[in-house]
Amino acid sequence: MVAKPVFLTTDILIFGLLLFIIAFFIYASRKPHMIQPWRQVVRNKAGVISIMVLSVYVCIALLDSMHFHPRLVNQENQSAEVRYSGDVLSMFDQIVSKLRASTEKTYSAPFAAQLYAKETMQLPDGTKQRVYPRLSWGAAHLDDPETQKTTDIIKLGLAGALKAFIAVTLCIALLCFYLSVKAKKSLRTTVRFMFSDESDVPWATVFITFAIILLMLFAGAEWASKYHVLGTDKIGEDVLYQALKSIRTGVVIGALATLLTLPLAITLGIMAGYFRGWVDDVIQYIYTTLNSIPGVLLIAAAVLTLHVYINNHEEDFSSLTQRADLRLLFLCLILGLTSWTGLCRLLRAETLKLREVDFVQAASAFGVGPTQTIFRHVLPNVMHIVLITLVLEFSGLVMAEAVLSYINIGVDPTMNSWGNMINSARLQMAREPVVWWSLAASLFFMFTLVLFANLFADVVRDALDPRLVKQ
Amino acid sequence: MIAYIIRRVLYAIPILIGVNILTFLLFFVVNSPDEMAYMFLGDKNTKQEQVEDWKKERGYHFPLFYNSEVEGVKKLTDTIFYTKSVRLFVFDFGRSDSGRDIGFDIRQRMWPSLAITVPQFIIGLLITITLALLIAFFRATYIDYWAVVICVALMSISSLFYIIGGQFIMGKILRVVPISGFESGIFGIKFLILPIAIGVLGGLGSGTRWYRTIFLEEINKDYVRTARAKGISEQMVLFHHVLRNALIPILTGVVVVLPALFIGSLITE
Repeated sequence: MVAKPVFLTTDILIFGLLLFIIAFFIYASRKPHMIQPWRQVVRNKAGVISIMVLSVYVCIALLDSMHFHPRLVNQENQSAEVRYSGDVLSMFDQIVSKLRASTEKTYSAPFAAQLYAKETMQLPDGTKQRVYPRLSWGAAHLDDPETQKTTDIIKLGLAGALKAFIAVTLCIALLCFYLSVKAKKSLRTTVRFMFSDESDVPWATVFITFAIILLMLFAGAEWASKYHVLGTDKIGEDVLYQALKSIRTGVVIGALATLLTLPLAITLGIMAGYFRGWVDDVIQYIYTTLNSIPGVLLIAAAVLTLHVYINNHEEDFSSLTQRADLRLLFLCLILGLTSWTGLCRLLRAETLKLREVDFVQAASAFGVGPTQTIFRHVLPNVMHIVLITLVLEFSGLVMAEAVLSYINIGVDPTMNSWGNMINSARLQMAREPVVWWSLAASLFFMFTLVLFANLFADVVRDALDPRLVKQ
Repeated sequence: MIAYIIRRVLYAIPILIGVNILTFLLFFVVNSPDEMAYMFLGDKNTKQEQVEDWKKERGYHFPLFYNSEVEGVKKLTDTIFYTKSVRLFVFDFGRSDSGRDIGFDIRQRMWPSLAITVPQFIIGLLITITLALLIAFFRATYIDYWAVVICVALMSISSLFYIIGGQFIMGKILRVVPISGFESGIFGIKFLILPIAIGVLGGLGSGTRWYRTIFLEEINKDYVRTARAKGISEQMVLFHHVLRNALIPILTGVVVVLPALFIGSLITE
């Protein structure tokens, strides 16, 4: 085997979620009433754009969730038993292995050829001088960076753009061809139909977004192969690599936090609304109590408790990665616990309304038991609220992670996350001259994710909320 | 109405007890005082006597809930739960592990927090309502569309960015206000302006968008149509009829936010 796979808990959960989503859409595609709202999402321009951007993020997160122990290469003895390194890498690390390996001594600006700090160096003629030393990796292929750098950057960018253009044209051509074969029409009619107003999907928007995404990916890859596109941080690690690795943390927290407490919120919310009486009182009491404790304090207390637990039970964790993963999972749980009350309240209110509706009354009149009524009549009718909440809370959770890591109660400090990046950038801002790229990179990546998650949430809400359905 | 208010206030009692027990569980049961002592004194080279001393000094040497070694009522009162948690109900907070009087600390530190949150809340509310009303006035035009886009963008920027960016631009580049610190009295204003401005800006996006939705809902109601049919000008309709009626849902929403003022703006501070 080339590598020994490692299954972290969050990996399993995130792939489980992916499988569930795929299964849902396969199931829903046969039921017109379930797939119709999603058609509406795809028809919307903002919806399409955000789906495409989000899927780039999700793809990176998924690649970064396939972990393994790389195999150690033994040069002398090929027949020796296979040994694996103790490090845990991911597929994504493998793809961007160059970025990961290319570290400098300390800070360097984006696209820089020299370090950001002066060092004493011995010149060839024997004299010593304080100069900015050349980077060991960034722009190392240039003889005279001062004159060649700009042309080189432009050249690489153009090469990337050309590749992107070819890729985009190929993809679009293939897609048009496929659609025309599928619809059994000539290529020309299909293309004309696709760009007309009658088409379901706004293809022009799709293609433009696709082109922009590919352009950024290809140009970025070209540049990243020769430069530190976003500079390096204090210990010389590539900032672009850090920002990309942080995507997984953000997506995992955004997706899992609500999901982990979903069973709790659904069960309690529906029970409170359906049975009323003392059940309702108890459940209301539970969530009001939880709600009365300020969220940040509850999270801080819980996370500190976990610290002590981990410190006292160090032998239980085989590796640092596993420990960091446990902390991430725990943070998801805690974030979920502080936010499930809102969903629970909504579900209770909706169930209260539903239990008086004719079809539920009819079911009880026919002698259908409460369990069956809940599963067949109530649950399917509140699922839109669950979905809307899941999508709506995603962006808030991504930002919450950053805030929590900023005050050191978030994810493990060894884990890449935007919060940790901002936290370390706080000190860099006070530095003279200012190191701004770490902060800018993390904020840019986070902003993009949150912005498109917000746009997506809006479109999904408009599509799924029955109160907003237009006649 | 009075009966309702009394009932709601009485509801608070079991909730307070619940909060108390929950925090107690979090801090003392999951982490036993022994573990705390080890953390505090350093993990290694700590003898059992030192741990006992540390615990006695802070009153953590009692059992958690039930003390079987003493007689009578003391069985319940000589416990950590009684000495540390139950006394919170009479606002007796005791001393923190580093020896400070917690009650005094809370009374003293409450004011700077409130000095930020209260003006931030009022100014923010006024600005967002004004903006939302303006956007509603230009509804279904490009101004409306782009205003909403800007609102979503503002919502998507992390509050950390506002704080760090604000400190950096105002404090370091322009040197208008000091980066941090606090002073009571009228001169404290220069310390307060920046956090207040940051807080207002941070809440601008979501607030404006939310109020805009409320205004738009109100604009489509029958009485507005009647008012227009009577020939009242658009400005009059908006600022007189719609604003007043929309304030009802807005105020309901605002009241819910009020308790959050006491939590303060943790990060900004």
